[in-house]
Order: sequence, then structure tokens, then C-alpha cells
Amino acid sequence: MKKVFAGVLAAALLMTTAACSEDKSSESTNEKVALTYWSWAPNMDKVVEGWNATHPNIQVTVNKQDGGDPAVAKLLTAIKAGSGAPDVMQAEYQKIPTLVAADAVADIAKEAGDLKAKFPESAWNAVTLGSEAVYGVPQDSGPMMFFYRADIFEKAGVQVPKTWSEYAEAARKIHKANPKQYLGTFSSNDPGWFAGLAQQAGASWWGVQGESWTVAVNDAATKKVADYWGGLVQEGVINNKPMYTPEWNAALNDGTQVGWLGAVWGPGVLEGNAASTKGKWKTTLLPNWDAAAPANGNWGGSATSVTSQTKHKAQAAEFVKWLNTDPAAIKALAGTANVYPAANDATSVALTEPPAFFGDQKDFYTIAAEAGKITKPFTYGPNVNVAYSAYNDAFGKAAEGRKAAAFGAALDTIQQATVGDLKNAGFTVAG
Amino acid sequence: MASTSRRRAGAPYLFLTPALVLFAAFLAAPIGYAVYLSLRRVRVSGLGLGKGARTEVWAGLTNYARSLTDPEFVPSVLRVGAYGLIVVPVMLGLALVLALLLDAGRTRVGTFTRTAIFLPYAVPAVIASLLWGFLYLPRVSPIVDVLGGVGITAPDALSSSWVLYAVANIAIWGGTGFNMIVLYTALRAIPTDLFEAARIDGASDIQIALRIKVPVIGPSLVMTFLFSLIATLQVFAEPMTLRPLSNTISTTWTPLMKVYRDAFVRNDIYAAAATSVIIAAATFVLSYGFLKLVGSRAFSQEN
Repeated sequence: MKKVFAGVLAAALLMTTAACSEDKSSESTNEKVALTYWSWAPNMDKVVEGWNATHPNIQVTVNKQDGGDPAVAKLLTAIKAGSGAPDVMQAEYQKIPTLVAADAVADIAKEAGDLKAKFPESAWNAVTLGSEAVYGVPQDSGPMMFFYRADIFEKAGVQVPKTWSEYAEAARKIHKANPKQYLGTFSSNDPGWFAGLAQQAGASWWGVQGESWTVAVNDAATKKVADYWGGLVQEGVINNKPMYTPEWNAALNDGTQVGWLGAVWGPGVLEGNAASTKGKWKTTLLPNWDAAAPANGNWGGSATSVTSQTKHKAQAAEFVKWLNTDPAAIKALAGTANVYPAANDATSVALTEPPAFFGDQKDFYTIAAEAGKITKPFTYGPNVNVAYSAYNDAFGKAAEGRKAAAFGAALDTIQQATVGDLKNAGFTVAG
Repeated sequence: MASTSRRRAGAPYLFLTPALVLFAAFLAAPIGYAVYLSLRRVRVSGLGLGKGARTEVWAGLTNYARSLTDPEFVPSVLRVGAYGLIVVPVMLGLALVLALLLDAGRTRVGTFTRTAIFLPYAVPAVIASLLWGFLYLPRVSPIVDVLGGVGITAPDALSSSWVLYAVANIAIWGGTGFNMIVLYTALRAIPTDLFEAARIDGASDIQIALRIKVPVIGPSLVMTFLFSLIATLQVFAEPMTLRPLSNTISTTWTPLMKVYRDAFVRNDIYAAAATSVIIAAATFVLSYGFLKLVGSRAFSQEN
């Protein structure tokens, strides 16, 4: 024991003498450290001002990014080049395995300490990949929610659906009353959305089994979801056009898109695309497969990670921890950066008022908190990008063809592409 | 004496140096690097997580084999072939007819019309695609509204049976003007005494156009055809921009889109490099083959 200790001590001494500034700075409070943080959340620089004001020795500069995909592409290039990466990086949950695989983000389990209890299980699982390592601290999350036009529901005499079979009934009723109106659309452009719906049904597309990965895009739970939507699309009571198009915006505006299976960040999207419908929308939990055992899925959300290129890991981890657990920071995240903080106490600390677009619905964030609490765990794999682009192609074809059988077959196509890519890269894939 | 002549012999190379350096640095080197990458691949060990789990190794020709046997590759090539069969003849045909009409008139109206036809070429392909995207989507399209007003139900331009034409239309809209200007300039260079002689011999306008003008501007036609052919093989911006608006354009709709997907969506630059090399080789073979085919005719004027 003594020997080990002596060894560690010697190593530590060596490091302090050899690498001087790097490790020493974490102890000496006088040294000034400058960190950069890549984030695409609006006004993140204003949130960070709160940190800079109270931490004169660790100054953080926010470098605004275009979005999750371009930021990751840039980071991976910087990692490959050996320099140019920031110290701290906002990373979408589904990107974390890719970043870990590329050795782009650091394990901060030691520096961050025990934070597990502060976050919902699904979010914590996403940053640890189910291991002992901690590859980031959950920043914001996107529990799915159902938004609907209360005025049109009332006029058509439709009850708010609590189960998916009620949702299908409502879709039929609304489309029948006005053939131009749809309760929703099946979007081949939003793999994250479909993954959330599959997550609610109990799917987890990737998993780790010993030293190999498992892929289950076409498992029974996901098949159930795909068949359900395929049926509705074939029947014609659900639209088959992608979301986030000028067409979709117009439909939200003129009331022909009567509902939207979105996520907690949905009010911003609705406000941006259909401002004139303010006050007509209401929100509730996603319809469920089993009313007795409500569950939910996640769409979007990201963590704050420390990159492997940082020279100030301890300080970076400290900042990341503050950003996502400090009450003042959470308040700023919610109020200034307009994200839905992942921390469990966000609802009590920061989110007391509903978003302006849903001003009449006082319990908006109570519902959101409930939606977050029942979100099922879901493991992402190292090639989410491959599965997601295969989703675009396979479900594009299926949605265009409007044949229910093609929806299940599309899952097999995605499964094949995902497993094939892993095997081709040399991963061992179980099953 | 000897030293001066040696210096003179070196002079051309001195003048060529800047061009050669630029060529080597910005064309030859990247191409060489792409070829190198196309022969490499990443090998993952274990779960592929953390340091040292990925190593780059030689791959031989496996990337090429994967590219060519990809079930999406051949359809994308055929699709671009069909696209080219629509775009090239229609665009060049329109350009030629418009150039002949403008040349026949040689009036004030001509200047305005010429600019109007040329203008779409100044619109970047991405902007043009967004613009046409709005015109294609039924709910936001004024075209669909107008047709609906007179009782015609417009087909969904982005449905599987129409999408190829929808994309081709954007290319034709954008490219006709440029080709028209090239041909028109060539027409203007024809000495007018040729026409006068023909007219004295009793040739009609149409005969003059077909028998004199078109053969004389042959080299320009060859050049515009070659440019159009290469542009067809490289079609990318239009389908890429329209893709999120529809179910019918896949991420591998054209070979270049497949390169983009492999490199930036799948992070597999090795497969992307292999496909790029294949596209480059195909472009070279097609252009060179075409020039050989028309060779003597294309450059007859200079000889």
C-alpha cells in the first residue's frame, strides 16, 4: 500500500514539475485560466456572464455554433488535427457515443463528483453510456409532449387522447370532419422524433454486451410503433409529409395541422412558425400504449462535455458542473438561453411561469416535469448518424408509398445499414 | 553566349512556376490525398470507445468494391443519367433557339430579353432551389393556386413520378441563360457577308439558321455540351436543398450526394474518397471520349 502511495506521489511530483502550468493551476487560485465553450443555445454568452463575474480566475468565452451537427463535425476535425478544439462543448445526447468513440470528450467522473441524483435517469444514462465514466453533465432535455389545437378539438367534439388507440380515433374523426385537416404527420425527416416515440414504447436501439454492441432498431417495440404509424398513413388519416417545411408551417398556421407530437421546446417552434395561433394550443402528455403504465420518450436535448484537448480539465469540469446544477445558472439557462434544463430541480427553481405562447396553461411545466420523470432510458450507439440517415431514406420511401407493410420493412433496412456499418468498421456486434 | 541561351531556355519554366505551384498545391496534392485516403480505412477494436480504439490501416481496394456494390450507387448513377438526358438536350435546345431568335432580330428588345434570359444564371443554385421549392410545395405555391383557380389540379411536383423533372427544371432555368450567351456571342462573330450571299441565293431565314449559323458555331455547341455534361455529373446543390422538403429525394439521390453523406454524415471519409475518385474517373472518360468523338469538328475553325 505504502509503495503504491509513494509511486503516486512521485508521479504527481513529476507531473507538477514537468507539466507545470497544467496541473498546478487547478490548485493555485491565483493563476488565470481562459476556457472556450462551443454552444448553439441562444444567449449562452449571457448565461456564462454569471460565471465569469464570480470566477475571476476561470474566464469562459462562448463561441456560438450553428447547431448540433456542424459543431460535432468541426470538433471531430479539430480532434483529428490535434488542435483547435474548445475546452467545453455542448453535445447532443445521441452524439456522445460518437464523440467518445473518437476520443473527443474526456471522462470527468473524478472532477465532477456525484451528480447522479440531480438528473433524470434517462439523461444521466445518456452521458455515462451506462458505465462508470461521466462524459458530460446533462444540460437540457427534451421530454416529448403532445400539442393540440384546443379550439378545433372542441369544435369537432374530440376528446384529448390518452392512449394511442384514442389518438388514432381522434385522427380519424378530425380528418373525417374536414378532409383538409390532419391530427399529425409522419415525418421521414426527423429520426430523432421517431426514436423518441420508439423510446416511449420501450425500445433502446443500441446496447453494450460485454465487449460488443447490440443493435435493435427493428425490435418488437419499435415494430409496434412503425406498424401503428404505417396503418394510419395507409388509411390516410395522418399526413405523410415531413415536418419543418414551408408546407408544414403553412399547415400549422391555417389550422389544418391540428396537433403535433413535439417536445418541451415546442412552444418556441410553434411561436416561430405559427405566431397567429397563439392561445389556441394546449399541451398534455404523449398518448400512451398502456394507460396504466404511462411512459415517455425524449426528442432532443444535450449535455455539456469537457473535450479531450483541454489543458484545464479540472476547471472546465467545475464550470460544466456549475452551469448545469447551480440554481442561478439553471435559472439563466431557462430564462435567458430558453432551454429546458435537465436538472431535476429546474421546475421548482426556474420554471414557475408557463412559456408566453402557452400563457393560459399554468401547469405547462408541471406536465413537462411529469413527462421528464416517466421518460424511459435509451442507449445511443457509436453510429447514430448512420442509422438516422438510413431512417431518412427508408422512411421517405415508405411514407411516399403509403403502405403499412413498408414501415416495418423500413426498420429492417435501417437495422441492416446500422449493423453493416458497425461490422465494416471492425466493431463486434452481438446477435 | 551559352549562358544567355541557357537562361532563355529556362525562362518559360520560370514563367510557368506560379501556375505549376498553384496547380500542385491546390489540385494535384488534394487529388493525390483523396486517392491515398481511398485506399485506407479505420479499424476499431473492442467497443471502440476511448483512446487508441481506432487505428487507420491499409484497405486495398475494398472501399472501391464497397462503393460499386452499394445498392444505392447504381440507381443514383442511372438517375443522373436520366437527369442528363432531360437537362442537356432541353437546356441546349432552348439556348440555341433563343440565341438564334435574338440574333435574327438584332433589335433593342434583344438587349432586354437577353439580360432577362441570362439573369437566372446569376442566382446561386441553392437560392434557386429554395425559390423553386416554394413554388413546388402545393400549400405555398402560387402556381398551384392559379392552376386550381382555372380548375386544374396540379400534380405534386415533389412526388416520385415528378421529382426528377422538378430538379431538372431548376437546372434548365438556371443554365439556359449562360449557354444562350455563349452561343449568341458566337453567332455575332459570324461575318454578315455570309448571310447576304445566302440571301441573294434565295435562302430563307430558317435555311440560313440551319445551314450556315448552326454549323459555323459548332465549336461553341461542343463546348457548351461538354460543360453541361460535366455539370450534370456533378449535380448536387439542387437535390440537396430540396431533400428536406420531400420524401422522394434520398440522401444518396446522386453520386455526389452519396459522397457528401459518407464524408459528413457517416464520418467515413475513406468511402467518400473512393466514390469521389470513381466520379472523377468517369467524368474524365466521358469528357475525353466526347472530345475524341467530335474532335476534328470541334476545332475545325482554328485549323
